[in-house]
Amino acid sequence: MSVFTDPALGLIDGPFQPRLAEQSRAKAWYGWAGYIAPAVLDSVEFEYFALRNQASLFDISPMHKYRIAGPDALAAINRLITRDATKIEVGRVAYCVWCDEEGMVIDDGTLFRLDDTDWRLCCQEPMLTWLLDATWGFDATVTDESDTVAGLALQGPTAFSILDAAGLDVADLKPFDLREVEPGLMISRTGFTGDLGYEIWMDRDAALPVWDRLWEAGALWGLRAIGYEALNIARIEAGYLAAGVDFQPIHATERLHRGKTPFELGLGWLVNFDKGHFNGRRALLAARDAPRTLLLKVDVEGFKPATGALVYHAKRREVGHITSGLWSPTAKRNIALAHVKASHARQRPGNLWAEVYTSQEGQWSTRMARLIPLKTPFFAPPRARATPPGRI
Amino acid sequence: MTENTKYDAIIAGAGHNGLTTAAYLARAGLRVLVVEKNDWIGGAAVSRSLHEGWTYSNCSYVCSLLRREIVRDLDLPKFGLQVIPYEGGASFTKSGDYFAYYSDHDALRREMARHSPRDADAYARYSQAIMRQCRFIRPFLLRDAPDPTSLRPRDLNELAYLVKKAHGLGSRELGETLRFWTMSIGDLLDEHFENDLIKAHLAGSGIIGTGLGVYSPGTAYVLLHHYMGDLDGGIGAWGFARGGMGAITAAMGAAFEHFGGTIRTGSGVEEFIVENGRVIGVALENGDTFHAPVVASNMDVKRTFLKHVPRAKLPGDFATAVERFKIRGSSAKLNIALDRMPDMPAAPPHASFLRGDMHVSESLMELERAYDDWKDGRWSAKPYIDMLIPSQIDPTMAPSGSHMMTVFVQYAPYDLEVNGTRSGANWDDAQRAAMAEVVIDRIAIACPDIRERIVHKEVRSPADIEREVGLTEGNIFQGELTFDQLLFNRPVPGFSQYESPIKGLYLVGSSAHPGGGVMGAPGANAARAILRRETRDNRMKGYAA
Repeated sequence: MSVFTDPALGLIDGPFQPRLAEQSRAKAWYGWAGYIAPAVLDSVEFEYFALRNQASLFDISPMHKYRIAGPDALAAINRLITRDATKIEVGRVAYCVWCDEEGMVIDDGTLFRLDDTDWRLCCQEPMLTWLLDATWGFDATVTDESDTVAGLALQGPTAFSILDAAGLDVADLKPFDLREVEPGLMISRTGFTGDLGYEIWMDRDAALPVWDRLWEAGALWGLRAIGYEALNIARIEAGYLAAGVDFQPIHATERLHRGKTPFELGLGWLVNFDKGHFNGRRALLAARDAPRTLLLKVDVEGFKPATGALVYHAKRREVGHITSGLWSPTAKRNIALAHVKASHARQRPGNLWAEVYTSQEGQWSTRMARLIPLKTPFFAPPRARATPPGRI
Repeated sequence: MTENTKYDAIIAGAGHNGLTTAAYLARAGLRVLVVEKNDWIGGAAVSRSLHEGWTYSNCSYVCSLLRREIVRDLDLPKFGLQVIPYEGGASFTKSGDYFAYYSDHDALRREMARHSPRDADAYARYSQAIMRQCRFIRPFLLRDAPDPTSLRPRDLNELAYLVKKAHGLGSRELGETLRFWTMSIGDLLDEHFENDLIKAHLAGSGIIGTGLGVYSPGTAYVLLHHYMGDLDGGIGAWGFARGGMGAITAAMGAAFEHFGGTIRTGSGVEEFIVENGRVIGVALENGDTFHAPVVASNMDVKRTFLKHVPRAKLPGDFATAVERFKIRGSSAKLNIALDRMPDMPAAPPHASFLRGDMHVSESLMELERAYDDWKDGRWSAKPYIDMLIPSQIDPTMAPSGSHMMTVFVQYAPYDLEVNGTRSGANWDDAQRAAMAEVVIDRIAIACPDIRERIVHKEVRSPADIEREVGLTEGNIFQGELTFDQLLFNRPVPGFSQYESPIKGLYLVGSSAHPGGGVMGAPGANAARAILRRETRDNRMKGYAA
């Protein structure tokens, strides 16, 4: 017998797996960064409506998490990301993107300033070697916390009430605030749903008691555990991007020119040219006014989700494609995110169409569905921003 | 009845490329004869039964590079070809540990992290860079190499295609491409990884079959060459041909005969008959003579022109260039019949990686030292071995419960040094046995009971491979895959498009673009070139290209 540990093939359990397994009636699992994760636990509809109507608990532990600490951590991070990190105060979280030298987005993520010289970056793609390269020459260390830090997203209108019932005081936390509410337990008012919500961070070893505490507190507030499918509906309604779906992280592309600049993703507001040098600055200065495509939020005519559909101008000329699309149960619209050639997105946005295939009892047909570009998220309730937050 | 001695085309050598050319020509309606010196077909893609009950893939042993276009064109599955992917691999250490390469993405990342968390993260970017380069170069495999000095529309077109693809890369990536083509696999791996064992495991593909060390410039390209294959769209995946590598050439032979071709085994070409600068047929060793306006040689460029064409019939500078062609034997082979599965105490029982390629090299430095021995005319004291037990997956290779092990050994020189003289003739039974002992000691790092398991073994030195298969110096690629003799320089400048100074005499083996491996691309490209040229020259009629 081997004295060494043979890595399990396939997926391994995350910190909350015992609880998720108990909750799973659908037995619908998928792989997320090597961990077994629920696509659906019960039913997508019930989970989604729990998120928008009560509260939902979603395991975000498989996210990659990196601690960047040291006297030069701020300088290193400011060199890494496109926005101005000096404006992120201790106790605050910022959404950010980082680019390669050609201005192509490597990934997006949330950056937590835990202390003056102590930061955590939370993202979808593995990033250790890139961060080690990026901090080279700076007095800062990078630690991969992906497997040691567990996270839960508690999202929905009763999220605050549940934390309150669990004895966790976050009444004064504004959106993007973070606080260590108890030793080893950090709560940030962040999320991927566009709703009132919090993310709760703890050591992997402390994970199950935290779950149990929230679960107990949530009993009277309609708390449900949810899988990725329900979350995905909410994130598209909020207009948030999923790496690998709505943009291809440049380090994960074989074909060149498949990367996107922040401007092409509608994230130009994250780029600060006045803060000094950062990765990709020179390329982004040139690319700022010349996006090749633009990512549009569109309302799709009809009811059939348009995921994967090609986008046409005047029903004839191919000018883009749809990355994410679905029927929004809350906005009651057929919504989608679409990459469209910049010229058409800017000058002729009124004549865009998606080619949608429909099947009626085995009879397939194609239909052109008009696209109406929208400026704002499909769903952005005031409760997401109210402080102190509402209770229901 | 007199035997017909006139054909439209004759192919000398029934290796996978010769048979590919033959099958394409026969499919186009030509009357084609294949002559083969051995009593069997297959060249270096053969399945041999040398011990009753066991079948050895005794030369090439795994399959990935065989172009799927060829499999499809010739309908090889209909003629029995079945290729089964294998899973991962491992490098074992003397300390009893191992590094396992899993086809499962997450298991691979966790296994790498066990040795180095940083390398686990680096691997994704490394493989992306490799795949990007493969994506660039793969389309050129089934295209003719352009002649950069020619103004013919075809060459200009091919050159334009190359420039367009290169331009599409952008300046930074093109810089990376040039680095890939010229740098060493050792330098490439040092750029990405920190762990010795992981680097040693990944380096193998950069040196297999090559008379170069891991730190020799050009070996990064050799790695690319090995990654360019695919199985059912799984890029870079390798597999076993069911029934051994001979199943590939058996299917090609059957396809060829299905298209009406004729194969004659048992007597090879003694001389390509040349008259007035044009080939008119072949004279065989047994005295038979066959005539055809087109003759294609599956033999390597040196054997073809230096052994079987009278020197007086060749332009001097061409003959000199062929003499200079680098084709150095660097590898040997052990084929072993096992009474049962050997113990692999380091590995967990039923570990999937035991069905893959197994190695025992622990660092790049160890591999470089292995190369140093070769330069001095010795087999490596600690050779790189690439061993597989295909009978775990393929039930046709060994009696039930028993197994067949194929062990590729590098480095082993062709011209072995004995008492101050270097010569292929120095390989005798005693030398072979001595080398086998060294190799078996290496195998024992992974399988301590290997000696008790051996029922029969075959040891093949580079000289044996030359003698039996016909590969000069036993070089498995019919010539080094270095950039001085690739693309429009392969095999020699000015003759990259399968033709030769002798009209009608073509080169269709791996000495030609794009090079070695059981790929079939040289054979298929050559068939296309032959049909195009000979149609234009109007010497052959009655077939559709």
